[in-house]
Amino acid sequence: MATPLIVSEVAKAFTMHLRDGIRLPVVANVSFSVRAGECAVLGGPSGAGKSSILKMVYGNYGVDQGQIIVDHHGQLVDLATANPRTVLSVRRDTIGYVSQFLRTVPRVSALDVVAEPLVARGTDRKQAQERAAELLDRLNLPERLWSLPPATFSGGEQQRVNIARGFITDHPVLLLDEPTASLDATNREVVISLIEEKKLKGVALLGIFHDADVREAVADRIVDVTEFAAGKAAA
Amino acid sequence: MTDEPLLRVTALSKYYGSRIGCEDISFDLWPGEVLAIVGESGSGKTTLLNCLSTRLLPTSGTASYRMRDNQWRDLYRMSEAERRFLMRTDWGFVHQNPADGLRMTVSAGANVGERLMAIGDRHYGNIRATAVDWLGRVEIDEERIDDEPRAFSGGMRQRLQIARNLVTGPRLVFMDEPTGGLDVSVQARLLDLLRGLVTDLGLAAIVVTHDLAVARLLSQRMMVMKDGHVVEAGLTDRVLDDPRAPYTQLLVSSILQV
Ligand SMILES: Nc1ncnc2c1ncn2[C@@H]1O[C@H](COP(=O)(O)OP(=O)(O)OP(=O)(O)O)[C@@H](O)[C@H]1O
Ligand SMILES: Nc1ncnc2c1ncn2[C@@H]1O[C@H](COP(=O)(O)OP(=O)(O)OP(=O)(O)O)[C@@H](O)[C@H]1O
Ligand SMILES: [Mg+2]
Ligand SMILES: [Mg+2]
Repeated sequence: MATPLIVSEVAKAFTMHLRDGIRLPVVANVSFSVRAGECAVLGGPSGAGKSSILKMVYGNYGVDQGQIIVDHHGQLVDLATANPRTVLSVRRDTIGYVSQFLRTVPRVSALDVVAEPLVARGTDRKQAQERAAELLDRLNLPERLWSLPPATFSGGEQQRVNIARGFITDHPVLLLDEPTASLDATNREVVISLIEEKKLKGVALLGIFHDADVREAVADRIVDVTEFAAGKAAA
Repeated sequence: MTDEPLLRVTALSKYYGSRIGCEDISFDLWPGEVLAIVGESGSGKTTLLNCLSTRLLPTSGTASYRMRDNQWRDLYRMSEAERRFLMRTDWGFVHQNPADGLRMTVSAGANVGERLMAIGDRHYGNIRATAVDWLGRVEIDEERIDDEPRAFSGGMRQRLQIARNLVTGPRLVFMDEPTGGLDVSVQARLLDLLRGLVTDLGLAAIVVTHDLAVARLLSQRMMVMKDGHVVEAGLTDRVLDDPRAPYTQLLVSSILQV
């Protein structure tokens, strides 16, 4: 089986220059990989560094050491050292990300927010909107909301827009940061089945799920982030 | 997408006597890419932008631009005529103060039409129709086409300036604090409009701003300047969410949320 994502000996610390330059080590020696068609889940207590790992894989946080190798258009790219243009290209075509909270853009409708990643990849806008509508419908977002900008939506409504946006493309790698945190039971079930469908299509998923039911339903494997505690590696 | 940048900047420096305007700036800009330049007052943002747009000559360094025929040209060795042609057709320049970029005593329609005439369009009907179309795109009512920008609000003037710049289908637009002098609510609307236009037209842009929210919304990449130098550069969300340079951390921490 293909392994589209390999994280190898990654370390991350934050240096807080405004607080006398104290160094806050977060993780060290992070090594794991995710195969096509599986869902690996990052486990560990709050503050362990789960989100930081996802953000490094997405290129949103810098990487101090190690490599993050992703199969991008059949070529291996190291995201730890890739230039911004390469990271953008990887985001457009290879790695999708559902963040914990939607970052709203004023005046863009929910439907267009969801359709945008497809449009960015060259899909015709009409077709992308149709696909967006299907997903929003599956996630039970009331149709009257589709044409409105999500800024005024409830937390759960925004999160469903965010999920639809993340799931609309066929990116081979999908990162999920607590996508079900603010959802009710019905919509959690929808997300579980969306994840199952991605697995069947051979997508490599890497997620964080606080909710034990969801985690049990989707996880093929737990990657214990406490094993990468920065203090532990240094000792 | 092409595999070649649009603009290549190498070791660009500008001194005002012994004072540093900007020093040793290098970067590439690709087609369709928006680069934000942020930093405190006096950090050299405008100096850099003016050098890039050839409104100012640098003290040293080079900037090359890929013309529409894919020929690379050294911006500081072009003839004045060539440079003017670039400025009128392939480039736009949006000033913070719309009065600097508009002709305040001719009509809104003429402000937009003028750039078309500069590139040789002579058909009055076409020019007027294009002007109407562009006023619509920047959300100015067609009825205002014969009014002078003097009679417009600040936000409308800025939108008119944008229409005037984009009407020739430029590939690269320079903007110096495009939302600077406007009320917050007016800023938000202008920003949405700019964001839409930049994406739809696939423009490359270099946007100087001290507002990190503007950088977040408009740009994919950013450079942080201090005392004439670039102290941090990278993907916009990386620089804002994981700032590394002490000055960037200060900048990010001094605002509520972006
Ligand atoms: N941008 C940042 N700047 C400074 N410190 C940060 C930053 N992002 C995360 N941290 C710190 O890194 C540590 C790990 O945070 P992270 O968000 O990765 O944890 P987490 O495992 O996802 O926790 P949770 O389960 O609460 O979401 C925390 O101590 C956090 O404060
Ligand atoms: N024509 C000039 N003659 C002398 N010094 C100048 C000139 N123009 C700018 N400077 C100086 O160069 C430095 C950079 O100025 P610049 O206008 O590029 O800053 P900026 O980052 O655009 O600031 P602001 O955010 O206030 O517009 C400043 O120290 C400024 O005083
Ligand atoms: Mg987290
Ligand atoms: Mg300035």
